Amino acid sequence: MTENNFPDDDPVLMRGMTQRRRSGIGRAMAPGYSRREAFGLGGLAAMGLGLAACGVAGAGKASSTGQVQSAAKKFWAGKKKHGHVNFANWPLYIDTSHETLKKFTATTGITVSYAEVIQDDPSWFAKIDPIIRSGQSIGYDVMVVTDGFEFSELVALDELIPLDQTMLANFHKYASKKFQNRSFDPGNTYSIPWASGSTGIAWNPKYITTPVTSINDLWNPAYKGHVGMMSDIQEIGNFGMIKLGIDPQSSKPADWQKAATALTQQRNAGIVRQYYDQSYINALTKGDTWITMAWSGDIFQQNLSSGSNLQFVVPKEGGNIWTDNMMIPKYAQNPVDAMTLIDWFYKPEIAAMLTESINYITAVPSARPLIVTAASKAKGTDKQTLTEVADSTLVWPTAAVYNRLFNYVDVSGKLKDQYSSIFQPVVAG
Amino acid sequence: MRRLRSTLVPYLLILPGGLWLVVFFAAPLIFLISMSTQTGDVVSGFTQNFNWHNYVTGFSDYHSQFIRSLLYGGLATVLCIVLSYPTAYWIAFRGGARKSTYLFLILLPFFVSFVLRTISWQYILGDNGLILEPLKSLGIVSQNFRVLATGTAVVGGLTYNYLPFMVLPIYVALERIDFRVVEAAYDLYANRVQAFTKVILPLSLPGVFAGVLLNFVPAASDYVNAAVLGGPNNTMIGNIIQDEYLSLQNYPIGAALSFTLMAILLIGIFVYARALGTEQVLEAGAA
Repeated sequence: MTENNFPDDDPVLMRGMTQRRRSGIGRAMAPGYSRREAFGLGGLAAMGLGLAACGVAGAGKASSTGQVQSAAKKFWAGKKKHGHVNFANWPLYIDTSHETLKKFTATTGITVSYAEVIQDDPSWFAKIDPIIRSGQSIGYDVMVVTDGFEFSELVALDELIPLDQTMLANFHKYASKKFQNRSFDPGNTYSIPWASGSTGIAWNPKYITTPVTSINDLWNPAYKGHVGMMSDIQEIGNFGMIKLGIDPQSSKPADWQKAATALTQQRNAGIVRQYYDQSYINALTKGDTWITMAWSGDIFQQNLSSGSNLQFVVPKEGGNIWTDNMMIPKYAQNPVDAMTLIDWFYKPEIAAMLTESINYITAVPSARPLIVTAASKAKGTDKQTLTEVADSTLVWPTAAVYNRLFNYVDVSGKLKDQYSSIFQPVVAG
Repeated sequence: MRRLRSTLVPYLLILPGGLWLVVFFAAPLIFLISMSTQTGDVVSGFTQNFNWHNYVTGFSDYHSQFIRSLLYGGLATVLCIVLSYPTAYWIAFRGGARKSTYLFLILLPFFVSFVLRTISWQYILGDNGLILEPLKSLGIVSQNFRVLATGTAVVGGLTYNYLPFMVLPIYVALERIDFRVVEAAYDLYANRVQAFTKVILPLSLPGVFAGVLLNFVPAASDYVNAAVLGGPNNTMIGNIIQDEYLSLQNYPIGAALSFTLMAILLIGIFVYARALGTEQVLEAGAA
């Protein structure tokens, strides 16, 4: 695409600008630099006063659908456009003056302050929760949070504004059905997908010559000491269950226990080298691990930018799917502008531009033909990159792949405590 | 009036630092103590019910990490002494005019972020990294040999990262030695070994003691090295506390573990200082 602003001759910069890095626990901000370590302490310090206070009061559980709808109606009545929106997102998704944002301002007259302030879900939650509890705006009108523990907590604590569905024309028209009705947020009451990706297995063909197809390869004693697992307990919990043939969505604590046992055996047999956050990608590239749990977009990007030949597969037994979602925090100052921005990303041409940049699964299927057209017009490396994006099964999973992707186990409150007390000992050592 | 002023001045001088500590140290500490005996979760809230059981749960679930932290911290401290003493000795007695340059060189790595320095070890010690690749191709170590994701790597990282905290106090102690006492020892027919063991070493011990304090406490509560260089069986208590807070939002257990660690370290230091003489340790530390 000619309006694409990427310096396509600089793979490192391009990677830096486009690569999304995620993890429930930690993400990295540059290859080899783990956010978990870098920000962990900062997060702890930030929490010091707020959350450690003498008694943290809970909030009332969100009410029934009917009540939410009428509350939404009441909230949105008479709200006006302000001409500005503050967007909080993760680093390394898009740059702060990405073409999609420039076009948004040109078209709607709404200016966007795009801030890369979310390093990981838990510390973001720890940061905003006390502010919203005290009845104040966090300073952002749109924020992007993964469909994990923290999302459920934000909903349960009533810290999100139910979206105005009448302002989501593009979303309802162009988003695939799969993304319009998701178990963690039925009816898209609070959230609209930003990007989605899968968790599967990556391997380095230099060390493993037979293609990996099964999740059992992560338990293969032949790879002892060279298997990477993720430290995020939502990720490994699902993988433990998928290995045992348990559907995570309908799993019970007894299933969790079985999965944890399988994971503990894997660990005690010395098969697991380490439970990684985002740094798994470096361990794999360097050859410390030969086979590892991995996020689809990372592998795609790593091969694109460093010329590595890492392979990725969603195992035949299944993998995980996660979605980063746009949502409006309670007390947001510019909710109407926020709604306009959220729906903006569902215009097919905008979705196409976004997908070209971030290489993750988009909720807009009609973005693909646009990328194919753009690729046919482009030249040189631009053409190659666009073609790879358009043809990537990681960015456009087939129906067969979709069918074996599982969401994280949906737990909150007491159940979450139970879940983590079962899986945390696996990674804690 | 003048008397009043002279009584007030010391208090006024201590006020800024005192306030700082009250606001940023004492207050959070009190909140944390309170948090450590609460029960609940983020969604339904935490309530104070003086659940001291958090301490029991925390310790019984994670006692192996406590022991490991003390072990790794202790090993790193001993290694630091072994590496630092000759270095400090050389700089103090043989450094000549370039002493400050050498000290600066010791501190130079500190100009790079702690985390980045630790991560660089991943590249040096990688299975096919700078060191192991040649050793493997020469057949000196087996193909499956590894350093990363072992306790050795963690202790190595801790030693490396905290080394200057050992070199500096030992250097200061050695530097303060009046060399005429050493000469006096020679005059009294001491040989070099005797002069060292009877004169220099005893005079420099306060520096070592202070170094132990400055090394052991942060090394035992460190979590970066274990996270970056360790494997599944090398987690330290710092990693657990971080996870309890940030990924599990189990603030009460996190707080209880923090206080258990603090208590263990404080008692350890107290015993240590008592055994060696408080003044000696603190005085050298201050120097």
